[in-house]
Amino acid sequence: MTATDKPKAPGLLDGKFSPTRPLAVSGNLFAFALDVIRALPKRPFQIREFIQQTWFVASVTILPTALVAIPFGAIIALQLGSLTRQLGAQSFTGAASVLAVLREASPIVTALLIAGAGGSAICADLGARKIRDEIDAMEVLGISPIQRLVVPRVLAAMLVAVLLNGLVSVVGTAGGYFFNVVLQGGTPGAYLASFSALAQIEDFWASETKALIFGLIAGIVASYKGLNAGGGPKGVGDAVNQSVVITFILLFAVNLVLTAIYFQLVPPKGQ
Amino acid sequence: MGVAVEVSGLTKSFGSQNIWSDVTLTLPPGEISVLLGPSGTGKSVFLKSLVGLLKPEKGSIVISDTDIVTCGEHKLYEIRKLFGVLFQDGALFGSMNLFDNIAFPLREHTTKSESEVKSIVLEKMDMVGLQGAEGKLPGEISGGMRKRAGLARALVLDPEIILFDEPDSGLDPVRVAYLNQLIVDLNAQIDATFLIVTHDIGTARTVPDNLGLLFRRNLVMFGPREQLLTSQEPVVRQFLNGRREGPIGMSEEKDVAQVEAEIAALEARGGDSHNGVGPKGASGGEAVPPQLTPTEGLPERRGERRRQERVARMLHEFDETTQAAIRKSLPEHLLAQSDAGAFQPTRGAGGRHWAPEPDATPMGSTATAVLPRQDGEG
Repeated sequence: MTATDKPKAPGLLDGKFSPTRPLAVSGNLFAFALDVIRALPKRPFQIREFIQQTWFVASVTILPTALVAIPFGAIIALQLGSLTRQLGAQSFTGAASVLAVLREASPIVTALLIAGAGGSAICADLGARKIRDEIDAMEVLGISPIQRLVVPRVLAAMLVAVLLNGLVSVVGTAGGYFFNVVLQGGTPGAYLASFSALAQIEDFWASETKALIFGLIAGIVASYKGLNAGGGPKGVGDAVNQSVVITFILLFAVNLVLTAIYFQLVPPKGQ
Repeated sequence: MGVAVEVSGLTKSFGSQNIWSDVTLTLPPGEISVLLGPSGTGKSVFLKSLVGLLKPEKGSIVISDTDIVTCGEHKLYEIRKLFGVLFQDGALFGSMNLFDNIAFPLREHTTKSESEVKSIVLEKMDMVGLQGAEGKLPGEISGGMRKRAGLARALVLDPEIILFDEPDSGLDPVRVAYLNQLIVDLNAQIDATFLIVTHDIGTARTVPDNLGLLFRRNLVMFGPREQLLTSQEPVVRQFLNGRREGPIGMSEEKDVAQVEAEIAALEARGGDSHNGVGPKGASGGEAVPPQLTPTEGLPERRGERRRQERVARMLHEFDETTQAAIRKSLPEHLLAQSDAGAFQPTRGAGGRHWAPEPDATPMGSTATAVLPRQDGEG
């Protein structure tokens, strides 16, 4: 071997702090997302895996979601209750509460739970399979892990996110009602009567659309991180951690964009 | 008959770290080959490259007229159906029991009825000696059973090429002996091309038809087992004898002066034959022990027949000791033909070649494949 083709000793900053590294990582994630979307219509569809995963994601998210939704609705009700009293607009407490829960609180809670509970479980599961060589074995058996494992998981996350969003809307609104009427002495009639004063059906659809997109993002990021886990059990832990953080950041950013688009497309009620 | 795997000029790096470069070898169809190499020389990377899990930067891997380094995703999945791979720990799916694990490829790739699947799975489990363990989960069984279950799963689609990633790791010597016998028996039964990556010298000495050694980011040597077992190449000698004296160091390479001093001290003590028994089945000297034969009652290995013919064709290109060792393994009529000069060596890199059986139908590109010889280097 001559001196020229002798490999360089790895340097301290070897590739780790390269300015283009974040670009490469985002590019890989995006390419993975495209692969997943391309594999979506491919037959045979893994209906069994899809049902199993839907059940799995639902089972790890439903209870925490309900438990988060109640205090979330309550906080909104408490804040609004005192605010509307100061402004002398108690009759609109119900209207504002529904609007806040439906438009923002519900997709955000869904996002947190889908990323934190569902996504981390998906990522840990795939990561553990990756380091046990199961993913490699599957590829060698001529089966695409994206089609066999990732697509059902992403679809499951999307479906569960939509359903969770409905759950949070109901539980949050009920929590708000309970706190406003029972604890703050608001009038039930006024609360209920003003329900549809500000909110409209488009708010609900927008909220569900957000949840659908959040589920898609959470599923894709979790699967990507899981399938790229490396370096033993610690690598899986790192992957789960990164997957949750990345999903949070993406979901909040996407939420901002979607909300801005929504206000451009749907005029507020009463205008 | 198995499929030949022709690797040429293969180079793989991770970032700036070169794993190996310019690896050229041909796995002859239906024969058993073993790839040796110190830890960390990228043997597993080589296996993963063969099945397209990793993409080498340079070179080609041609399997039934398809270069899997450059071919598309779709084609790659098709080619992979020719492969059976036994991963180090079996790589069974943890959530399924053994039966479902082994049935998995059948259920995914074929439209066989459940009763057909069952009969195939039970047959393969019988082949690897796992009768009665269908309902067990991978977590509930021993490492040896996991390996055999992984092997059964690799066999279920009737692969043409089977790759073994350290089949001996984590097994006791008796189980390794059984597994080696199983490998030879399987080869006799299905006549597929086998590649075994291992550290176990006992396995390397007795199981394969061909041996190769990876070291210092290069394929040091690849050829008929006799070629390596009788080789005087310092790296090969050191590895096969499992001793410290030689170019292979604990973590990095040693400098030349130190190697020379060590070898001189070894020679002064009486050389390898004086050195006794090394770890992992390594033994002194350069004896070529007899190859394992299939269990009584099984058909003879067709790969062995083809190999005899192939080796006879290139007999006169080896050095004296290797020739003597090979002569012992060849039948009279082939030796006579070889000595009479009936075989014309193909002109090519190093002149080493193999040809399909004379009565077999030509297999296109495989007919002129060339075994590399690296004696010009090192």
